[in-house]
Amino acid sequence: MLPNKLNVTCLVSIGMHPLSRRARRAEQDARAVELGLNLAESSQHQLSVVHAGELTSEAEFALSSYLGMGLDELKVLSIPPQLDITSALTDYVRSIKSNLVIMGQQTEQGDSSAMLPYLLAQALSIPVVRGITEIIDIDNTRQHITLLQALPRGQRRQITGSLPMIICIDMAAKAPRQSAVGKALSGKITPVSVNLTGLDPVAVKPMLTATVRPKRLKLIKAKTAAERFKAATAKATNSGGKLVYDPQQGAQAIYDLLKQEKLL
Amino acid sequence: MSQHRRRDPRVLKIIRNRLHPLHGQYVDSSTIKQFGPSGLLRKFPHRVGTIAANGRRRINRLGGHAPSFSMSQPLEALVNLPLHQVKQPEFYILVVLDCVAGRLTEHDKDCLGFAQMLANRKGQAGAVLAVIFGESKDTDLTLFGIDRLLHITDDAVQGYQPELCCEYLSQIIAQFNPKHIIFPDSIFAGADLGRRIAAKLALSVATSAWKLVEDELTCRASQGLSDIKSPLTDVILLLEQAYEPTSEYRYETLLLDIPKIAMYKSSLQDDGLVEVDPSQIPLAEAGFIIAGGNGITDWPLFHRTAELLGATKGASRVAVDDGFMARDRQVGATGTWVSAQVYIAVGISGAIQHLQGISRCEKVIAINIDDSCDMIKRADLSVIGDSQAILAELNQLCLQTKKVVDDVA
Ligand SMILES: Cc1cc2nc3c(=O)[nH]c(=O)nc-3n(C[C@H](O)[C@H](O)[C@H](O)COP(=O)(O)OP(=O)(O)OC[C@H]3O[C@@H](n4cnc5c(N)ncnc54)[C@H](O)[C@@H]3O)c2cc1C
Repeated sequence: MLPNKLNVTCLVSIGMHPLSRRARRAEQDARAVELGLNLAESSQHQLSVVHAGELTSEAEFALSSYLGMGLDELKVLSIPPQLDITSALTDYVRSIKSNLVIMGQQTEQGDSSAMLPYLLAQALSIPVVRGITEIIDIDNTRQHITLLQALPRGQRRQITGSLPMIICIDMAAKAPRQSAVGKALSGKITPVSVNLTGLDPVAVKPMLTATVRPKRLKLIKAKTAAERFKAATAKATNSGGKLVYDPQQGAQAIYDLLKQEKLL
Repeated sequence: MSQHRRRDPRVLKIIRNRLHPLHGQYVDSSTIKQFGPSGLLRKFPHRVGTIAANGRRRINRLGGHAPSFSMSQPLEALVNLPLHQVKQPEFYILVVLDCVAGRLTEHDKDCLGFAQMLANRKGQAGAVLAVIFGESKDTDLTLFGIDRLLHITDDAVQGYQPELCCEYLSQIIAQFNPKHIIFPDSIFAGADLGRRIAAKLALSVATSAWKLVEDELTCRASQGLSDIKSPLTDVILLLEQAYEPTSEYRYETLLLDIPKIAMYKSSLQDDGLVEVDPSQIPLAEAGFIIAGGNGITDWPLFHRTAELLGATKGASRVAVDDGFMARDRQVGATGTWVSAQVYIAVGISGAIQHLQGISRCEKVIAINIDDSCDMIKRADLSVIGDSQAILAELNQLCLQTKKVVDDVA
C-alpha cells in the first residue's frame, strides 16, 4: 500500500425493509459504501467492505446488493448470532491496519442499540463521530480528516479529527447508487476465518411486536367542576395574534419578529 | 392592591333607585323586559345573572335592578407547591440534560420525571443529580425535579465537545456513583453522549427505552417495529414522552461543585456551523419557511423575497397544482409536515389540510387580503393586505438593511 493512501473499511449490516421485512441492503450502510466508493474512485484510497454475521442465504441476497454497487469483493466474518461480533471486528480492523472505518449509525433489525461504533472505538482507542454526511477533506500528511455533521433543522457542522477514526453516516448523506444485478454477480463474497472460541456469548433477546405507545394526554389539574368543564370544552382559539392593516407597518412587524427570532 | 372585586355601595344605591339620574348608566337594559316586533316577550337566558369569582353563575332575582358586574380577570392561581427535600440521599440518579440553546427541552423534563420516579419509588429516598453543559437560560429550574445540579459552564464545553463532556461525566460518575444514568435519546446530544459513556466505562445500557414495569424496561428496536425487554441497566437512554414530567413539588436544585478536569486534549475539533443553502434543506427539517398559496400573483417577487430572507420555500396545494412550485414543496396533510420555528404563509387561506401540516410550527405569520380566513386565526402575527405590496415592502426593508450593513463594512 502506498504510504499516502488510506486504508478505508466500510462495515455493512443486513437491512430489513420496514413493510415487507425482507432482507435488503441497509440504507445507512449503503450510504457508507457510497462514501467509501467515492473516496476510492476520486483519490485511489483502498476500500474494503466487511460484514460480520452468519452467512445465510437471506444474508447473501442482501450482501449481493452491496456488491451490485460496484464492489469486487465483500469480506464476511462468519459468526453465529449467539456470539458477540465486537471483538472479532476489532481484531479484524486492527489486523488490516485500517485508518478510516465508515459505517451506518444504527442497524435496521436486531436490537438496533447503535452501540457498535462506540464499542469499536473504545476497543481500538480511536475517536468516533456520529451523524456524518460528507467528508470534506483528508489531509494525509497531518493525518487529519474534515467532516460535515448533520444537525437538527438541516444545519451542518464542520468537524476536524485525527486519523484513524470511525465515522457513522447519517441518512442525510448522499443517496447510494443503484445496485446492478450484473455487477452483483461479478463481485464475490469471501469468508474470513474467525477464531470463534475467543468470542463472548450474547444473550439473544426475544423480539416482540412493538406495542402502540400511549399518546400523552393533556393533564387537567382542575379543582372545581367549572374549571374541568372549561378545560374539556375550550377550543384552542386565537392565541392573541396581532393584526396589522398597513403594508409598510406590516412588513416592519414581520421584519422585527424575524429579528427577534434571530433569523436575519 | 387586593385582587378581590369590591362592591360599591354608592353604585348599588343608584341601581336600586330607578329615579336616580345615573340609573341608566349602571343598569344593563338587556335584562329588562323587552318585546319583539311581533309583541312576544323576549328572553335572553344566557344573559341572566353574573359569573362569580369562583367561576359559577349567580342569578339574582331582583330583575334588572340588580348590579351587574363584568367578569374580571380570573385570580391568578398561586403556584405554591410543597418543597421536596432530600437531606441525605441514599443514592443518586444522574440525568444528563440536552438543554438545547440553554433551555430544557420537553424531552429533558420527561427524563427528569422518570428519574424522580426512580429515586423515590419503593419508599426509597434518592436524589436526582442533573448535569447541564453550557449556559442555561431557564430562570426557574426548581419545578422540573432537579434535587442537585452540576452546571458546567467551562468555555471548553461550548459547541461539539463530546470527549470532554465524557471526561466530566466519568469524573462525576466516579464521585457520586449513581445508581442509574439517564439520557434523553435525542439527536441533540443525549444519544451520542449516552452511548459514548456506556462504551467508555463498559456499563450496561438500554437504548430507546420507553416503559418501565417493576424492574423491566421495554425498548424499541428494529426501526420501531419491535420491542425488547431488558432488566434495569446502568445507562438508560429514554425516548420522548416515556414518562410524565414532575408537577407535584418544587425541588431544591442545590448547586454542587464541579469536578476539576486535568489538561485534556480532544481528538475532535469543532469548526463551527457551516452556511447551508436554505433551498437545499428538506422541508420537514427547515427552521424558517416562507410558503406561497393562491393569493400570490407575482411569483418572481416571492422567490426573491425568500432568497433575501434566507428562508426555505414551501407552497400550498393549489400553488403546486397550478405548477408554480414543485410537488416536494407542498406543505400539509398530503405534502410535508413541517416543524419550523417561523412559518410565513403568504396568500394561503388555511384549509384544514394545510393547517394540519403546520401544527408543529412555533410562530406563524400570515399575509392575506382577507382578515377572516382561518390562517389568521392560527397566526401569531397577521398582515392584512395585498400580498404583492407587502412582499415588496419586506423586500425593500431587507435590501435597505443589507445596504446599510454593506456600507458600514
Ligand atoms: C384530500 C385533500 C388533501 C389536501 N391536502 C392538502 C395539502 O397537503 N396541502 C395543502 O396546502 N392543501 C391541501 N388540500 C387542499 C386544501 O383543501 C385547499 O384547497 C388549499 O390548501 C388551498 O390553498 P390556498 O390557501 O393556497 O388557496 P385558496 O384557498 O384559494 O386561498 C387563497 C388565499 O389567498 C388570499 N388572497 C387572494 N388574493 C390575495 C392577494 N392579492 N394578497 C393576499 N392574499 C390574497 C385569499 O384571501 C385566500 O385566503 C387538500 C385537499 C384535499 C381534498
